[in-house]
Amino acid sequence: MEAVSRPVTAELPIGSDADLSRVRQRVRQAATDLGFGLAQQTKVVTAASELARNTLVHGGGGLMEMTSLDDGHRRGLRLSFVDHGPGIRDVELALTDGYTSGGGLGLGLGGARRLMQHFTIDTTPGQGTTVTVEAWEQGVPTARRGTP
Amino acid sequence: MTEQDTATRETAAQLVEAFLKQRREQIAQRWADAPLFRTVFTVSRDEAVEACKGVVDALAEVLAGGRPEDITAPEFATVREQLGHVAASRARGGATPAQIADDVAALRPPVTELLRAEFADPSGVQAGEAVLLLSVVMGTLRLVVMETALSAGEELMERQRQQLLEVATPVIQLWDGIVAVPLIGTLDSARSQVVMESLLEAIVDQRAAYAILDITGVPMVDSLVAQHLLKTVAAARLMGAECIVSGIRPAIAQTIVHLGIDLGTVVTRSSLADALAYALARQGIAIPAPSASRVSPS
Repeated sequence: MEAVSRPVTAELPIGSDADLSRVRQRVRQAATDLGFGLAQQTKVVTAASELARNTLVHGGGGLMEMTSLDDGHRRGLRLSFVDHGPGIRDVELALTDGYTSGGGLGLGLGGARRLMQHFTIDTTPGQGTTVTVEAWEQGVPTARRGTP
Repeated sequence: MTEQDTATRETAAQLVEAFLKQRREQIAQRWADAPLFRTVFTVSRDEAVEACKGVVDALAEVLAGGRPEDITAPEFATVREQLGHVAASRARGGATPAQIADDVAALRPPVTELLRAEFADPSGVQAGEAVLLLSVVMGTLRLVVMETALSAGEELMERQRQQLLEVATPVIQLWDGIVAVPLIGTLDSARSQVVMESLLEAIVDQRAAYAILDITGVPMVDSLVAQHLLKTVAAARLMGAECIVSGIRPAIAQTIVHLGIDLGTVVTRSSLADALAYALARQGIAIPAPSASRVSPS
């Protein structure tokens, strides 16, 4: 099923710690407006927090694009985190739990993948990274998309 | 810019500077009635006039300094503080930054009018040059006011942020040897540093054997927050205190599991009450179980 995407609803800069909390607030607001349950709101906000911090720490800053989605049955939220940093040389390795290049726990990228329903990474070494995630309203249980 | 242009400009600068010095009193009198000053100096009009004279003097000095477009010109320094006060008190009165900018812009027409009147031929080239230069320096003044107002706002925010850091992390003694920190809001690196320090100090001061970190008020636990919690727990452990993390709500618990954070080494409880009961039991203090006869009125 093809998701109908509306125009970008928001574009937020990611350049400082204060921007991270603004990202969290806006994403929580958007998730609430879409009618996401409390557990899912928390998951989306947490994933956004992880990915925005990656954009800031590893990508040297960038921006987040937030788009609301509607496939006719459910509503969803797409978040794209765009940076023009060094890129990720080995995506599989970066997704491995416990692997870190920044002194953290090494769970951010893999964790965000598990928290969201759709996850893609587009990265070119030296050019930058775009991580796109989607979360869909979880009312009626539906077939899972891809690996959890 | 040709040599002749430079020369015209210099003369224009000298003209306007001389005009500002000569007509200082008139300009100040007119400005004192403008909203920017009138609404701030409500008690005494003389005070407003004095403030306006200060601004006129500063503008004359800026022109003498030859940098009418430079908002960092040192000649503005003398009036910067006063303009900051004026803008700040306008802002406190409910004026938006746009309104304040308009207020400053409103100072230009009266002084331009006075300047034009100085010339025998008000539509001549010389008058045009002088008015243009005056407009430039007035535009710079507007930017100076805005910049001063904004940086005052930033200072305020920074001060509030610092206060929040201190306020938001009280360490409470719950029982002899048991301390608790109710965490509220997002646990960023600065907050978690303050939390860790005040908790460790409390452990020493109160000779606490148990420290409870209550995260009921934390909206989200991501891997960085979890890392901060784990570090705090580890530091408390080094001090000989056992840490209990309480207030883990269902949504947070699910998120932690999905993220793959291992809190296996940490004692966790869903509520602060449970954490306190655990700590008391570990200290050998028996508390009677909640009364079985707790009847809820129907």
